[in-house]
Amino acid sequence: MVIERVGSKVIKFYVPLAAYLIFLLFPFYWMVNTVFKSNTELYNLDLNPFYIHSPTLHNIVRLFTETIFLRWMANTFFVAIMATLISLVASLLAAYAIQRLQFKTSGPTGVAIFLGYLIPQTILFIPLAHIIFKLRLWDSLWALVLTYPTFLIPFCTWLLMGYFKSIPKEMEECAMIDGASRIKIFRRIILPLCLPGVLSAGIFCFTLSWNEYLYALAFISSTAKKTVPIGLVTELVRGDVYHWGALMAGALCASVPVALVYSFFVEHYVAGMTGALKE
Amino acid sequence: MAEVRLENVCKHFDDVVAVDDFNLSIRDKEFVVLVGPSGCGKTTTLRMIAGLESITSGDVYIGDRFINKLPAKDRNIAMVFQNYALYPHMTVFDNMAFSLEMRKRSKEEIKQRVQEAAEILGIQGLLFRRPKQLSGGQRQRVALGRAIVRKPEVFLFDEPLSNLDAKLRAQTRLELKKLHERLATTAVYVTHDQIEAMTMGDRIVVMLDGFIQQVGSPLELYDRPANKFVAGFIGSPAMNLFEAELNGAGDGVSLRAGDFTLDLPPEKAKYFQDYAEQKVIVGIRPEDFKQADEHSPGKTIPVTVEVVEPIGNETYVNVAAGDVTLTAAVGRRTVIKPHSSLNLVPIFDNMHLFDIRSQKSILKN
Repeated sequence: MVIERVGSKVIKFYVPLAAYLIFLLFPFYWMVNTVFKSNTELYNLDLNPFYIHSPTLHNIVRLFTETIFLRWMANTFFVAIMATLISLVASLLAAYAIQRLQFKTSGPTGVAIFLGYLIPQTILFIPLAHIIFKLRLWDSLWALVLTYPTFLIPFCTWLLMGYFKSIPKEMEECAMIDGASRIKIFRRIILPLCLPGVLSAGIFCFTLSWNEYLYALAFISSTAKKTVPIGLVTELVRGDVYHWGALMAGALCASVPVALVYSFFVEHYVAGMTGALKE
Repeated sequence: MAEVRLENVCKHFDDVVAVDDFNLSIRDKEFVVLVGPSGCGKTTTLRMIAGLESITSGDVYIGDRFINKLPAKDRNIAMVFQNYALYPHMTVFDNMAFSLEMRKRSKEEIKQRVQEAAEILGIQGLLFRRPKQLSGGQRQRVALGRAIVRKPEVFLFDEPLSNLDAKLRAQTRLELKKLHERLATTAVYVTHDQIEAMTMGDRIVVMLDGFIQQVGSPLELYDRPANKFVAGFIGSPAMNLFEAELNGAGDGVSLRAGDFTLDLPPEKAKYFQDYAEQKVIVGIRPEDFKQADEHSPGKTIPVTVEVVEPIGNETYVNVAAGDVTLTAAVGRRTVIKPHSSLNLVPIFDNMHLFDIRSQKSILKN
C-alpha cells in the first residue's frame, strides 16, 4: 500500500517536476557550460558538448578587459532603479486614486491605463523616439528612465489596484474617523499593508527594465551609455562572428543581480501576485 | 452635552433613495438603536452621522454644531465597525493609540489612556499582540477599546456583534450595556437583530426602505406597534398576522377568518366604524393566547396542532385554523402532541388590528 502510494506520487509529482526543471534550467546550464570553455573546445564537434573538458576563465577575463562591461552594468542599474522608482510612485498613486477616491471617471481611467499596456512596444517606440528627440534626451540614459515607465506603470497599477481592493474600506474609514489625513492613511495604513504588492511590482519593474532591449537599442548609440543587453549584443557580435564565450559570460554576470533580487523577495513576490491580504 | 439631531435628512445614491426624510433627536447619553432588515438605510444613516457618507439634503447636528460639511475626524465621534477594522500590522496598543497619536497627544497621556481603556475592557494582557493573534471576541474588545480611548462625544456602532457566535454575542451585549452606563456617552447602534435592539436600546428606531416606521422604547414598540411591519419585526417568535373580515356594526362586531369567527368586545368595537364589512389585518402575539377546554363559537379558535417546539423556558405550538396558521405559546411544560386539537382564546386587550391598505394600526388612530 505505502509503496504503491509513494510510487504514484513519484510518477504524478516528481517525474513531471523533474522534466519541467530540466526544461527550464537547461538554457542556464548551457550558458554556464559555454562560459568556462575555450573557443577550441566550443567548436570541436568530437567532444561531448555537455561536459567541460578543460575549464578556463578566459571568457570572463575577456569580457571585463575587452569591453566596458562594468560600465554597462552600472548604466543598467541606474536605469532599472530609476525607472522602478518612478513607476512605483506613479502606480501607487494612480492605483490608490482609481480604487479609493470616488471620481466619475475612475473606471474608464483604469481601463485606459490598461489599454496603454496593450500597445506593442514595437509601435510605441516610433512616437516615443520623436518625443525623446524633442526633449534632447537622445543617447542619454534618461531617455530609458523616462520611457520604461510607459510599459511598467500600466502593469504595476493593475497589480496594485487588485491589492488595494483587498484592503477593507472600513480600515481606511476608521483611520479617517481616528483623525488621519489621506496622506497619513496612505503612509501608515495602506502602504504597510500593501508591502508584498509593492515589492512584487518593484521586482517586476526592475527585471523588466534590466532586460529591456528594444528601447535601449533604439535610443542609445554611444558604447559608454549602453545597457548590458545592448552592449553585449552590439559589441560581442561583430558582423557574423559571435563571441559565444564572452557573450555567455556577460549573460551570466547580468543574471546574478536579478537572481539575487528574486531569491530575497520570492515569498513576498508570490504573495503579491496572488493579491492575498491575510488579517 | 452631545445631543444628535437629524432633520429631514435624505440620502440618494443616483436614483436610489437610501434614506428619506429622516427626523430624529437623540438625547445626551441616550442609547438609540436603528433596526431594520438589510437595505433599510440604517447603516447609511449611521455613516452620515459619522461623516463617511455625504448628506443629499437635510441637516445633522451634534450638540449645537452643524456637522453636514464637517470632516469625519472633526466630529468627535468614534465608530465600531462590523468587521472591527483593526489595523493588522499594528499591535493592540498601537491600534488603540492611533487616534490619540493622530491628535498629537503626549506619549505619557497616550500610554495612560490606552491602559485605562484596556483595564475597562480586560485586555491588558493583549496589548502587545497583533490582531490576527486574537479571537473574535478579543478583537471586538480591541475595537471597542479603540473607540473609548478617545472619549468621544458620540459612539457609533455598526452591527458590532454580528461576527460573534450566539453565546458570545449575548455576553458582549450585556457588557456593552454596562459599558454605556459607565461611560455615559450618547450612542447610536445599528443592528438587524431585533433582540439586540430590544435588549440594548433606550429607544429603538425601526426602519424600512429608507423610512422611519416607528420610534419608541422597546416595550412601546412591542405593545403598540404603529404598523404591520413593526408588529411583525419586533418580537420573537413573530406576531401572528392574518387577514380577517370585520362583520356587523355597533356593539356586535366580529372578525371572520379561516373557519372561525371572533366577537370583539364592545369597548373595542367603536374603533371599527369605518371598517364595517371590510378586510383588516389581525395581529396576536404568540403569548396572547390562552387555552379553553371547549370550543365556544365567537370566543375561541378551534385549531389543529401541527408542530410542537419546546425551547426550554417556553413551548410554542404551530397550529392551523383552516387556512390560517398561528403560533401560540403554551407554557413551559405541556402535554400537547402534534395532530391534537386545541381551543385558543385570544386576549383581546393585547390584540392589534391594521388597515389592509395603509398597514397602519387601527387601534392607535
